Amino acid sequence: MKDVITAIQAVPMEHYVVLSMILFSIGMAGVLFRRNTIIILMCLELMFNSVNLLLTAFSAHHSDPGGQVFVFFIMLVAAAEVTVGLAILVMMKRNVDSVDINQLSRLKG
Amino acid sequence: MQYLFYLFAAISIISALFVVGARSPVNSVIALIVCFLSIAGHYILLNAQFLAVVHIIVYTGAIMVLFLFVIMLLNLNKAIEPRKSLVTRVAAVSAGGLFLLTVLGAIKDGIGLAKPDHYDVGVGLVKSVGNSLFTTFLVPFELSSVLFLSAIIGAVMLGRKETTTKPMVKSGDEFAGLNQAEHMR
Repeated sequence: MKDVITAIQAVPMEHYVVLSMILFSIGMAGVLFRRNTIIILMCLELMFNSVNLLLTAFSAHHSDPGGQVFVFFIMLVAAAEVTVGLAILVMMKRNVDSVDINQLSRLKG
Repeated sequence: MQYLFYLFAAISIISALFVVGARSPVNSVIALIVCFLSIAGHYILLNAQFLAVVHIIVYTGAIMVLFLFVIMLLNLNKAIEPRKSLVTRVAAVSAGGLFLLTVLGAIKDGIGLAKPDHYDVGVGLVKSVGNSLFTTFLVPFELSSVLFLSAIIGAVMLGRKETTTKPMVKSGDEFAGLNQAEHMR
């Protein structure tokens, strides 16, 4: 029982913040960097996961289960988002025969 | 124990870089699976056992397989991807780097968390998560099923072939048919 607490406290909270911010920045740069829509969706997943990791770390360090329930909800929303996003991608491939994100620029009003 | 944290951190950062940098989408998916597995390792280190299992099942088992299905179904595994212009790429990388620098500068002196008075060891276990999921967060939990239903309907509507929707879209047709039927009579 003591072991769990010391194991959780062994890594300072700042390191978790730094790690998830690095992952978030990589995902953000990837969204801006790539043109393939499927890789942009994957980078979105990466950003979701960095936030999940940070929420879990705060929840474990404060021993508050609310943060982990939030992570659960984020996972649900991410699953729904991926389903709709991939359906949009399939339709885009069918209509314009490309997954290039620049092909969608004609959606501008 | 903390060496495991740094090992998992290094694995997740390197594989995240591979996700962005890989030429072919399948390699990106594989790198992302490795990244998600290392994040599941972080969850286990944080004693969040329920989340670790759910993360592996939902992300690695369902979402990534869905990505692989779409890539192989649409035959997207060609590495030819038109690259963005140099200015855009430099701007993208510096935007990510500046964001990281801003956050690192903000937490440079520590985030100043007060240590909690008491620890609850059972926080990450199924019992504790289930308890708060079905008491405090019951309404959002039930609402998420509505979200899933709308996501299913949206995906089916979007993924349907265009030709099957076209006769339904023309609403004038049934009246035309009705008029014709009257004429016949």
